[in-house]
Amino acid sequence: MDATRRGFLAAAGAAAAQDLAKAQDHDHNHQVVPSDATLRVKALESLLVDKGLVDRAALDALVDTYEHKIGPRNGARVVARAWVDPAYRQRLLNDASAAIAEFGYTGIQGENMVVVENTPKLHNLVVCTLCSCYPWPVLGLPPAWYKSAPYRSQAVINPRGVMREFGLELADDVEVRVWDSTAELRYLVLPERPTGTESFNEEALAALVTRDSMIGVAKVSPPAGGKV
Amino acid sequence: MNGVHDMGGMQGFGPIQPEKNEPVFHARWEARIYAVTRALGFWGKWNIDASRYSREVIPQADYLRMSYYEKWFAAVTELAIARGLVTRAEFQGGKPARGSAKQKPPLTANRVPAVEARGASARRNVPSMPQFRVGQNVRARNMHPLGHTRLPRYARGKLGVIDRDHGVFVFPDTNAHFLGEKPQHVYSVRFESRELWGTQASTRDFVYIDMWDDYLEPV
Repeated sequence: MDATRRGFLAAAGAAAAQDLAKAQDHDHNHQVVPSDATLRVKALESLLVDKGLVDRAALDALVDTYEHKIGPRNGARVVARAWVDPAYRQRLLNDASAAIAEFGYTGIQGENMVVVENTPKLHNLVVCTLCSCYPWPVLGLPPAWYKSAPYRSQAVINPRGVMREFGLELADDVEVRVWDSTAELRYLVLPERPTGTESFNEEALAALVTRDSMIGVAKVSPPAGGKV
Repeated sequence: MNGVHDMGGMQGFGPIQPEKNEPVFHARWEARIYAVTRALGFWGKWNIDASRYSREVIPQADYLRMSYYEKWFAAVTELAIARGLVTRAEFQGGKPARGSAKQKPPLTANRVPAVEARGASARRNVPSMPQFRVGQNVRARNMHPLGHTRLPRYARGKLGVIDRDHGVFVFPDTNAHFLGEKPQHVYSVRFESRELWGTQASTRDFVYIDMWDDYLEPV
């Protein structure tokens, strides 16, 4: 496997080099030389389209979905509803997949959701030490740091140190629960509602909720001006 | 496989580096290989566990050196070759084999919203006797399979408590190698951080790890 993979990568590089030569041949004004990865992926995509294995428009639709339609604003709406509606909060904690589906947030990498709630004495943190598991329908695709070796390695052995790197200092008497997403359950943290938001409606509350607070590396900050 | 992908508890990787206003993809090729990987999955020639395993077997030094989507690129190309969607010669030449018939992609643009919203749950509605009950003391097995597993190294041999039973799910250790789904219960198992890391850990820290029946033994 190792030898063949190296062989493949080298070959793909060679194929890409031909493309590069072609590209430079017909576009002399091209200022930026495409990166090796750009050429290799372009070559792969072209081959797959030529073979009828993928539909280019379907690729565009997938990219558009995660660049523009699905992201942490979804999760923020779920959190805000849980803050203003005690019955919804209870449904969310009892059966997160169903409660989140009430918003229409369902599907890939969120089929089996679990919501864990922060309190003044309990703080939750989500990680995937083995790869990059993350609840796509509510948070979108994960940020690079979540997928990086420093976070994956440290979250389980030094969670308080990890939170400190994000500027969050927890008191010693707060219990920390780290959720390692090793199976097909996907975790969303329900952060604490910040003080000073008593008069806020659901929409104003949702605007305060950050992606990081739903992963557990941050709290939701009180509103800066106090008014919305 | 005891690979470098199994990172829990490793040290020396340096600081976490969050990026302000991070884009979903950092370059067009990242978006394209993400979409290519997802779209090829609809041929049903592999499953998510096989897909994860294909990244784990990237040569270990390369795994650490490569960026996230470089790993996706390397993995999906090897899968596509190994599972017969394309030949290595086609990859190397960048052109379909002479005389090969053009196929019809299973995923078309109009189907994307529906398939994304439906998902592909690994939960199985089949009867399976749970081997453990909530509140029971358990030990994560001390096992080191050469193939795919979702039992992290840092938990093996450690004592925990069954916190909740999530129901019945596909077993990745067999599914990744096309040896069947072997559905069984998955539990959230609560481990004291001190059990995992010794006295340097806080007595108020706990790690919850999702584990299948086959990863556990009674104490």
